[in-house]
Amino acid sequence: MNHAYDVSHLLAGLMLVASFSLLYQDRIFAVLNIFAAQAILLSMAVGWEAWTQQRPHLFITAALALCLKGIIIPVALHKMIVRLGVHRDVEQVVGVGKTLLLGLALTSLSLMLVLKITVAADSFTREGLALALAIILLGMLMMITRRNAVTQIVGFMSLENGLILAATGARGMPLVVEVSVAFSVLIALFVFAVFVFRIRERFDSVDIEALENVRGDTK
Amino acid sequence: MTGAGFSAAPQLAILLAGIALYAAAAVFAAVFHRHKSVLAAVYPICIVAAAIAAGASLAALLGNTDSGFRLPLGLPVIGLHIRLDALSAFFVLIVNLGVLTTAIYGLGLDRDRDLSARVEPFFPAYALAMNLVLIAGDAFGFLFSWELMSLTSWVLVVSRHRDAGNRHAGHVYLVMAAIGTVSLLFAFGGLAGAAGNYAFDAIRAAPPGPLVAGLVLAGAIFGAGSKAGIAPLHAWLPLAHPAAPSHVSALMSGVMTKVAIYGIIRIVFDLLGTPIWWWALPFLLLGAMTAVLGLLYAVLDNDLKRVLAYSTVENIGIIFVGLGLALAFKASGLSAAAAVAMAATLLHCLNHSWFKSLLFLGAGAVLHATGRRDFDGLGGLIHRMPVTAAFWLVGAMSISALPPFNGFVSEWLLFQAVLAGPAFPEPILRFMSPAVGAMLALAAALAAACFVRAFGIVYLGRPRSREAAEAHETARPQQVAMALLAGLCLLGGLFGGVAVSAIQPLLQTLAGAPLPATGTGPTPFSLVAFDAARSIYDAPTIAIFLLTSGLLVTLLVHHLSGRRTRLGPAWDCGFPDPSPLTQYSASSFSQPLRRVYGGTVFGASETIDMPQPGDNRPASLNVQLHDYAWELLYAAPARAVVGLSARLNALQFLTIRSYLMLVFSALIALLLIAAVWF
Repeated sequence: MNHAYDVSHLLAGLMLVASFSLLYQDRIFAVLNIFAAQAILLSMAVGWEAWTQQRPHLFITAALALCLKGIIIPVALHKMIVRLGVHRDVEQVVGVGKTLLLGLALTSLSLMLVLKITVAADSFTREGLALALAIILLGMLMMITRRNAVTQIVGFMSLENGLILAATGARGMPLVVEVSVAFSVLIALFVFAVFVFRIRERFDSVDIEALENVRGDTK
Repeated sequence: MTGAGFSAAPQLAILLAGIALYAAAAVFAAVFHRHKSVLAAVYPICIVAAAIAAGASLAALLGNTDSGFRLPLGLPVIGLHIRLDALSAFFVLIVNLGVLTTAIYGLGLDRDRDLSARVEPFFPAYALAMNLVLIAGDAFGFLFSWELMSLTSWVLVVSRHRDAGNRHAGHVYLVMAAIGTVSLLFAFGGLAGAAGNYAFDAIRAAPPGPLVAGLVLAGAIFGAGSKAGIAPLHAWLPLAHPAAPSHVSALMSGVMTKVAIYGIIRIVFDLLGTPIWWWALPFLLLGAMTAVLGLLYAVLDNDLKRVLAYSTVENIGIIFVGLGLALAFKASGLSAAAAVAMAATLLHCLNHSWFKSLLFLGAGAVLHATGRRDFDGLGGLIHRMPVTAAFWLVGAMSISALPPFNGFVSEWLLFQAVLAGPAFPEPILRFMSPAVGAMLALAAALAAACFVRAFGIVYLGRPRSREAAEAHETARPQQVAMALLAGLCLLGGLFGGVAVSAIQPLLQTLAGAPLPATGTGPTPFSLVAFDAARSIYDAPTIAIFLLTSGLLVTLLVHHLSGRRTRLGPAWDCGFPDPSPLTQYSASSFSQPLRRVYGGTVFGASETIDMPQPGDNRPASLNVQLHDYAWELLYAAPARAVVGLSARLNALQFLTIRSYLMLVFSALIALLLIAAVWF
């Protein structure tokens, strides 16, 4: 039974590593690849959970994660970037070093918090939840530090990976909720894509700085 | 009591019928508001409803009824409790007597000129809401009806919304009503405690601890006290009460302030458990300050209806002092003295509702006849409106606490309670009671000055404007309404002893004992506070003495001077200029008082604008007064809110990333708090 803990923590930990690499990776295709890898790791983690806990409906979640987030979304984003013609490097607002330090701080915060307040729960849930929270926070951090609309989308999707991980770790989440969350993410991708194309059409750029200037009332 | 059945005492059933009639009138008038005849029909219906409700409540008061039931309405688990006990019945009586007389006054309103869809549908709704507050048996019902009462009265305040002053008054009133209700909400939250049982019976069974009780007390004094008009929160009242149509002003000033007092009595004397002596301190301090301040405002103001509103503030101060004394005596175990103070408080509520309604109705008659309510445009109305003048004089004498009218009864009882102050075990209360008594005496003297001034300026002398010179007597129903109230003032003064014996069971519940020596006086009508040997007021005897001695003196003077009236030229040295401007004016009457108190209380400063020789413009004396209650408690917080929101307005124009950053930082901050806290 110890393997169950080790493997599941290994997979979650690898997802966290992927989140960190998302934070500093400044090439847009590399960002997509890491995101796809994170999604595949997620599907493996969920699948492992389904296997060890005998909760077969989690296999559906795992399959959804693999298909939607491991394949369809990265491919769609890839095509979008090619069509937008933004192969250039992504620029970051805060320096890489500071961002990574901030990421470390957030990870330790989530570990401290979750381990402290879930003393009563079993260690399987506790550490999985701590790692999931760290992934969520890192996803949010990525959304803030990036200016490129496409990488912001990736940040959002990675945040969502953390949510799915937390949901599968916590027992009792009904399948229908997981499925609907997965599909809502897909729909969010469509909406984002439409907006990004509109922004590009309008301003010849996907830098959201352009959006800020057009409002005219910002400083 | 606890079941959901409809087992109500007949008094409560009849009262509910009257209340239902109010509701019917309101709906009826709102639906057919285009028909003037329907609007006019509101008042007869209200008279019937008020008579039914007043009769039922009087029966409930005399029978010491305690009846109630629970309706499956309101909040899901709590339901809606309806409850009629002696305390509710007493205040229901006050409310419905007020509605009865003001509705009779409403019969005389001019159909084309006065009736409006903005007023008549809301009049019964307002009466309905006030009744509902009094018979609510749980916090939800109480607060819901309280808000309904605030909103319906707000609609009446802004019924003449074309006047910018009325809109301002309505705005301030609405803000204060909302703040007051929030404060009451917290008070009831504290009373309900962690168990969250909002029914009054459950609260009574489990009163809060001393710390929570103190907070509840503060919430109740702020919430209900601001509605009653306690200084320094009173500044909305002299704006809002005069802005409504006069018969509604009478209800707001005479009756709604009593509903607020009911709220305080219900919370502090009924729900809050055994009193602690220091609970009395805020009542005594605020009450004494309110009594004096209210009259200083009144005596310096030059608007008839606003003077009456300020005088309401003063009377609320007197009532607060009574409540404070009753609390202090009760907490000190001196239940006989507590009963005297409580009797004074309750009677003053009743009496003030009568004479203040009377005075406002008289002011309404003057306003209707002349179109003016500023003292500088009135005068000499005793010749043109003799009936109104006579009744107004009765009201002014009652409010100035002159025997044999009713104001004297309650103030006499209150001073009896003050005189029992040396019996307090706590030194603070022992020292405070004579100080409070001195403040009350000052307020009584100022009240007399205020109403001598108001009556003299409005009714005596010569008219100060064309409108006042062309005034006409008011319509018959309005005279009847004033006659009823004046009669009540006289009867209440003559038979105060009877009124006290009617509320004996109520005093037993609230103060812990009935009045000790009722019925031991020399005549059946004498009012005895403590014992017949030292504290006794025998109103009918005094009235007979006043009447006979007055008649004798009149006859004697007439006999000595001859009966013939001679008309001759005015003495020219005193009357060189026939212009009415040469008369003593309202400002000149109040000038000595302004000189004495204005500097400290109002920061008054006088500047004389004297033109240079050769300059033709007239010299002028400019007086500047500061209303500190308004400047510090109303204007300053309003400025702070506006300034803060102007500063926070920048948050509306951030970039997307800044918003994300805000959300993220908030999340991190909350997580940090959670990490540190748990």
